[in-house]
Amino acid sequence: MSTLTPVNATAPQTPRVNDARAAKKRFLKNRLFELACSLGAWASLLILLTLLTATFVQGFEHLGWHFLVQPPSRRPDRAGIYPALIGSIWVCATCAVFALPVGVGTAILLEEYKPKHPALRKLHDVIQLNITNLAGVPSIVYGILGMTVFVQMFGLFGSALEPQFTIGTPGDWYYLQLPFGRGVLAGALTLMLVVLPIVIISAQEALRAVPNSLRNGVLALGATNWQMVAKMTLPAAIPGIMTGSILAMSRAIGEAAPILVIAGIVYITFTPQHLMDDFTAMPLQIYDWSSRPQDEFHRVAAAGIIVLLALLLSFNALAILIRQKFQTRLQ
Amino acid sequence: MTSNRVWSVLGLVVMGYAVTLGTDDAFAAESSKATAPNAASLAGVIRIDGSSTVYPITEAVAEEFGQAYPRVRVTVGISGTGGGFKRFAAAETDISDASRPIKQPEAEVAKTNSVAYIEIPIAFDGLTIVVNKANTWCSDLTLDEIKKIFIAGSAVRSWKDIRPDWPDTPLKIYAPGTDSGTFDYFKEVVAGDQAAIRSDMSVSEDDNVLVRGVEGEKGGLGFFGCAYYFENKDKLKAVAVDAGKGPILPTHQTIEDGTYAPFSRPLFIYVNAKSADRPEVKAFVEYYLAHGPQLVEEVGYVKLPAEITARALKNFQQRRQGTQFLDDRGEKRHGPLAEVYR
Repeated sequence: MSTLTPVNATAPQTPRVNDARAAKKRFLKNRLFELACSLGAWASLLILLTLLTATFVQGFEHLGWHFLVQPPSRRPDRAGIYPALIGSIWVCATCAVFALPVGVGTAILLEEYKPKHPALRKLHDVIQLNITNLAGVPSIVYGILGMTVFVQMFGLFGSALEPQFTIGTPGDWYYLQLPFGRGVLAGALTLMLVVLPIVIISAQEALRAVPNSLRNGVLALGATNWQMVAKMTLPAAIPGIMTGSILAMSRAIGEAAPILVIAGIVYITFTPQHLMDDFTAMPLQIYDWSSRPQDEFHRVAAAGIIVLLALLLSFNALAILIRQKFQTRLQ
Repeated sequence: MTSNRVWSVLGLVVMGYAVTLGTDDAFAAESSKATAPNAASLAGVIRIDGSSTVYPITEAVAEEFGQAYPRVRVTVGISGTGGGFKRFAAAETDISDASRPIKQPEAEVAKTNSVAYIEIPIAFDGLTIVVNKANTWCSDLTLDEIKKIFIAGSAVRSWKDIRPDWPDTPLKIYAPGTDSGTFDYFKEVVAGDQAAIRSDMSVSEDDNVLVRGVEGEKGGLGFFGCAYYFENKDKLKAVAVDAGKGPILPTHQTIEDGTYAPFSRPLFIYVNAKSADRPEVKAFVEYYLAHGPQLVEEVGYVKLPAEITARALKNFQQRRQGTQFLDDRGEKRHGPLAEVYR
């Protein structure tokens, strides 16, 4: 730090004056940095506020009960978001059911069951590196992957229209088929791929934040690794894990690209009846509305964004409730 | 104790899931009961996918069709013309929306999968060239001038470069995304198969962005589907196109009768021939042809002349298979719709 050097060879002043000047400069720098930080924070807040206000002003008049319970329509005043809303809830709930256990499980393996053998440790490192890298893959890539793996299942079980393996008939709520086809389950599993890295990495961070002294204490009492994880580490890490899950589910509910590849449907008047059923999601519906030539449809899109935000916030509220419950109990 | 809490969280998630599942089933049962008494007996599923340009028309038809046949479940996707044909050729969809005729490789794939299809033109989309409202000098462009502006390597930088008596205002071009059918069509008309379109343009997949771009730039020039112009007539000025027969402005009239050449393109639906034998699909296509023209205008496109619609209906009823836009050797057939489509 050059500013901390008290002697300035070219300056004729006495060291004392120099000190005072240097101090002044340091404090000025401190103030400037603080200003820059708060400027950044305020700028992002202001932009968010502008966007939200614009959306609310545009979409508010179209909002109403009819918007929530009606299917899409070519007439902006009759257009509703019902099938997309229910479709989004289906897909995100199914996604959570799969992504959270798998993600948290992976995190526990990586953090709590560290292998001792060098070869296994190498494997561990490879898995860790891959997960970190996967977090940066564009979601459309997952969409294409999901298309091959879940929708078509590499063509191993025939085409999606003539599945070779079924349970029940398409009328039953428990209907299942292989390959999955372009249904809710394929969409949810694809979204699971998109959010898994986020879930795993945040769960790992949460587990890492649990002090090692606690672990050693539990193990010293003779507990097995599983007992330690189930009774101590995991409960202590739940608040952090829930925070990560909030972020993950927020991403899942806002994703349009993978859903466009997997489902591709925008006009649909019915809601899913089983996991293999056709569906659409809100981001797709909003994307379509906002690209229409008619200005009224842009207002409908804004109303759709408000509903999406509301759903997102209620998902998050639920997660925060769970988090808080655990936080207070543990203290 | 603590592990119980872990389980209770899991249980909560599963329970929440079960609740959405349960209520949704109940709601669906209720709504189908409500419509059941006056429902036509026809039931089934019709899967449609393809061009997002054709989507508003198919959506409108599906909406009206749904009123008349409430038990038929219609889904319409927006995978794009190419993406739609891919699914169509794999027999995944019953009907494919297309903003251009089927291409030779796509027809080839359909053939190997033994998917036969019926080609039906449903509307015209006029490509409109627009300028800023404050642009007082440019009211028409000849086809040669358009080529001069858009071909790759063009030296046109300001309006003065197009016609010497126009002002030296910088030219700023707004164009649709290079993946879109609109761009494809424009490129084919302006540059043909050999040349390319210049790349120093502001490009957006969202045509509304192009509208705003031209609206805010005095020297702006853009092109997109006519629906976006008809909606923004008060903000933009359309340029008449002179293809040798004098300048012609894009209107419903000139696009429909084909005088707004060569920038009006036909839009199509392709019907899987096997699906067409299913009563619900047959009813849907016939409904499309009967009510399409009126709905087409409502969503901002231009209807076909009655004669071509009648031809399309006849072709559908006779189950005339294949495309008329490829000749026997698989070469593309060019020309106005009325001449190519028989």
